[in-house]
Amino acid sequence: MLFLFRKLPQAMLKDPQAWITHIESWNNYFLFSIDSPEIAGEAKPGQFLMIKVNDSPYPLLRRPFSIHSRSKGIIEIFFMVSGQGTSLLAEKKTNEPLDILGPLGKGFRFDCGLKGKTAYLVGGGRGIAPLFFLAQELQSQGTTVKTFYGGQCLKDLPLREKFQKAGLELSCSSDDGSFGFRGFVSDLFLTCLEKDEPAAIFSCGPDPMMAKVARLALARNIPAQFSLESHMGCGFGACWGCVRRIKRSGDESWVKICEEGPAFKAEEIVWAEEER
Amino acid sequence: MTDLAVDLGFLKLKNPILAASGTFGYGLEFSPFIDLNKLGGFVVKGLYDGPREGNAPPRLVEAPAGLINAIGLQGIGVREFTAKILPQLAALDTAVFVNVCGESDEEYVRVVEFLNGQKGISAFELNISCPNLNRDGACPAMSSEDTYSLVKAVKEASLLPVVAKLSPNVTNIVEIALAAQEGGADGVSLVNTFLAMSVDPDTRTPRLANIMGGLSGPAIKPIALRMVYQVAARLEIPVIGMGGISTALDALEFLICGARAVQVGTANLVDPEATVRIIEDLEEYCEKKGIARVEELIGTIKTK
Repeated sequence: MLFLFRKLPQAMLKDPQAWITHIESWNNYFLFSIDSPEIAGEAKPGQFLMIKVNDSPYPLLRRPFSIHSRSKGIIEIFFMVSGQGTSLLAEKKTNEPLDILGPLGKGFRFDCGLKGKTAYLVGGGRGIAPLFFLAQELQSQGTTVKTFYGGQCLKDLPLREKFQKAGLELSCSSDDGSFGFRGFVSDLFLTCLEKDEPAAIFSCGPDPMMAKVARLALARNIPAQFSLESHMGCGFGACWGCVRRIKRSGDESWVKICEEGPAFKAEEIVWAEEER
Repeated sequence: MTDLAVDLGFLKLKNPILAASGTFGYGLEFSPFIDLNKLGGFVVKGLYDGPREGNAPPRLVEAPAGLINAIGLQGIGVREFTAKILPQLAALDTAVFVNVCGESDEEYVRVVEFLNGQKGISAFELNISCPNLNRDGACPAMSSEDTYSLVKAVKEASLLPVVAKLSPNVTNIVEIALAAQEGGADGVSLVNTFLAMSVDPDTRTPRLANIMGGLSGPAIKPIALRMVYQVAARLEIPVIGMGGISTALDALEFLICGARAVQVGTANLVDPEATVRIIEDLEEYCEKKGIARVEELIGTIKTK
């Protein structure tokens, strides 16, 4: 008998009534807690949500947000106001419902092979969002996690206390030196990398920062994964809008990051922008 | 119970709601969210003979109530589609349209000849808006002669019904629709996207890497509706309407203007359940209004 091997539909859900249970904010940065038990139950680090920020067709599309944490039926998102979509979302109040799709994408790949070893997490600006969830999951499976968190100034580092409260080791940098290491987070990461090499590296942030982390990881043969961004249409593989240049077995092609990412391995990513 | 079934002449649909090509992947992307068997049908993403690389990003930019895309028809090609996707689609109880693309008239014919004998396809939708090498890169949809000759060539090769998908970027869409009919099309679907662009004033650069793209979404609905009205009034073959449909009331407007079925496009990207929601709302509307068969509504626009 011949069976066709079929890719099982991934658990992706639409929750049109996910209630906002708590909001914290720091200037331009927002942390929303959202009650959505089914999506929370399925969520893995590095996956994301697509959120409709209002009921009108302007803006038309949903907006993608990394899953920042998950606990007891609650998912969190952490975002910076950077355009029309995030501005509208920031106007939402506690006890208002959100229409969300999730969990989407494949997220970071890791297994218990990292147990008893060290992982470095490198987050730039709002790119810190998915790394909190990842740090928690890695730490709970017995991996030693060091997170590097960088921004332009102190104001760009609103989550520093949250990491500390959660018992997660954190080193901060600011471009202007107003908090922690003075300089880019990739430079802070390098100073630690030179002292002690981790078993794995995970990163999310601006492309130039990630490109530099990728180069450092590749030069040392340390497995590294990067959560990529792109202009996203649907979030579940239908529109082919969110592609990035990915290299696999020598061949480059445009790959949908919503479906096959958003996290990719260092050796797969073709960086377009200059490093810093 | 309202009877939602519609007859396209060449094909009976269980309801008039189809999902539009380019917004519905190869169909299976939506199975986590909806039961595909509930649809009147769907049109898979455009297929060329071989895999296609597509455009560089950014491929998408929003406009007020709209989306401009320049995906560049990236896709897997007919062989991979037939091997990996079609067997799963063949098991569905819904109409599957394959959107056929080509860089030349010969390629369209090759694609159709390859797919002709395959199980699971109800009809072809001809994407006549692809840049065409026989015409210095212009798309066949831009001229009556080219539309006629391409439709005729494909129709001669095809064992299945052929619907020509028309571009709105023409001076007289009725002429083009008549040319498609003359070429032997079993139906026409309209409209494809409107050629559009968006510029960042700060950097003075286009927001799409391809500079220009196609505008879709609620923004285009009134213009699409006007074109469907004009074409349906003149054609003998069935018209499938589309352009910005995101609610049952939108769909009703197109049916009343003479479309025998409609396609839901960009709305699928915002709400993967959009097609099923529209079918349910359409049924509820008809029941409330005492409409026994949705076909009764088609082309019933009242003008003085």
